[in-house]
Amino acid sequence: MSAKTDKKAGAGKIPVISSVLDIFEHTGNAILTFFEKVGHLTAFTLRGVMHCFLPPTFFKQLMRQFIDIGYYSLPVVGMTALFTGMVLALQSYTGMTRFNAESAIAGVVVLSVTRELAPVLAGLMVAGRVGAAIAAEIGTMRVTEQIDALTTLSVNPFKYLVAPRIIAGTITLPILVLIGDVIGVFGGYAVAVYKLGFSPGSYMSQTWSILESVDVVSGLVKAAAFGFIVTILGCYHGYHSGRGAQGVGAATTNAVVSASIMILIFNYFITQIFFS
Amino acid sequence: MSPLDTTKQTKARASNGGATKLKIEGVYKSFGSNHVLNGVDLEIQQGKSLVIIGGSGTGKSVLLKCVLGILNPDKGSIEIDGQETVGLGSKDRDAVMRKFGMLFQGAALFDSLKVWENVAFGLIQGRGMDRRQAHEIAIEKIQAVGLEAGVGELYPAEISGGMQKRVGLARAVAANPEIIFFDEPTTGLDPIMSDVINDLIVKSVKELGATALSITHDMASARKIADHIAMIHEGKIVWHGPVSDLDSSGNEYVDQFIHGRADGPITRRVA
Repeated sequence: MSAKTDKKAGAGKIPVISSVLDIFEHTGNAILTFFEKVGHLTAFTLRGVMHCFLPPTFFKQLMRQFIDIGYYSLPVVGMTALFTGMVLALQSYTGMTRFNAESAIAGVVVLSVTRELAPVLAGLMVAGRVGAAIAAEIGTMRVTEQIDALTTLSVNPFKYLVAPRIIAGTITLPILVLIGDVIGVFGGYAVAVYKLGFSPGSYMSQTWSILESVDVVSGLVKAAAFGFIVTILGCYHGYHSGRGAQGVGAATTNAVVSASIMILIFNYFITQIFFS
Repeated sequence: MSPLDTTKQTKARASNGGATKLKIEGVYKSFGSNHVLNGVDLEIQQGKSLVIIGGSGTGKSVLLKCVLGILNPDKGSIEIDGQETVGLGSKDRDAVMRKFGMLFQGAALFDSLKVWENVAFGLIQGRGMDRRQAHEIAIEKIQAVGLEAGVGELYPAEISGGMQKRVGLARAVAANPEIIFFDEPTTGLDPIMSDVINDLIVKSVKELGATALSITHDMASARKIADHIAMIHEGKIVWHGPVSDLDSSGNEYVDQFIHGRADGPITRRVA
């Protein structure tokens, strides 16, 4: 009787130990995979950046990327900035009136737009539009052996595909954000003046009095970093795309999700560097 | 000599006939625990056409990618004209790549470029040739593979699979390469178009005096384009000989493969 009980107890322990070992194994594998991916991404980034500075430069490809990433993103970024500025003016008005601080609305709008909302929202919008397109295009080229074809035609895929996108993304996003800043502030101005009855002159003077160059510069630095993040992650996921439509789909999703998360993380650190 | 002077190049290559152009020795390649190449040894003489046959998943494409430098072998040596190419730096690798032309299984044409730009791509982007001169050469090569010059202005999505293969062939030979690689050149084509492509391959290789390395499991194609045939199985060359000896090879793997028999030493793992 007691022997049977011991056996049962022993039989119970083995699955428990086994499942604990499974947890350790899975955790260990996940950590190793994470560091392996970080290592791959770092090597890919360094290689991509190196090819941005080494000749030859494919100017036609570069111009195409400037147009694709910059020009075609303008409507999306402009609309986002316009309505963000408008909503910000409305929301701050309903909040500020409780403290009789309506005069602070112009400052809230301009600082929020230039420091945070224009770069972050533009970054997220471009991650969705451009990051997905880059990953899908390069991923399809990987699956259909077009990247191998580049190699056999004596053209380095990093120079032809990756470097022009990194350069275009890093340069055009600050330009987009600068335009977004102007549109966003205009959106706040329009709501404040035409809907809430503010005086145009005093709204603009409050805007200019509170705005400092560091507010705009920090936003532009963020935008450059976000442009770099979106393009490098789009290229990375596309370049390492799995086979078939499912592989390209997964690469596209991963490019957008990872770029969005990295934008939010880097936004915190850049803000801390500038304003802490 | 101009890099694209076909006649002079062909004569120069013919005079060098018999020399070893490509030598592969003890090449191994694994992906994790999957050992794809297990010590491949092969040699191709200048101006000859070698076809590697073998079933799917036997390592044909991986071997080709190792020779092209797209994959790095784990072990072994790959020599082109006596020069070791494994572990080459980027400049030396570029010089070796200029000797190569490649026809991919799915043609691998660039969707965003017109047909003539695809053919001229290696000349313009890889060798810095003037666009007008490259356009002339591209149109000449497009016509050489039996297409009308007007096709050059179309995009790859606007032409049929057979035409894409021809354009891929035109691109492969555009820079008059010394070695041309063909990856399953007739896969996905009807028998008549397959024969047209085979004829074009033979004609292009002969005209250029080039050395050719092809991989296929289409036996009709292999018999037509090969001087020599090698059979690969489980990452090793199990038979190598002239195409005329194929039917009397006495090798049970070759016999099973060329007759398409389910029974024999080659077993298929299902699932």
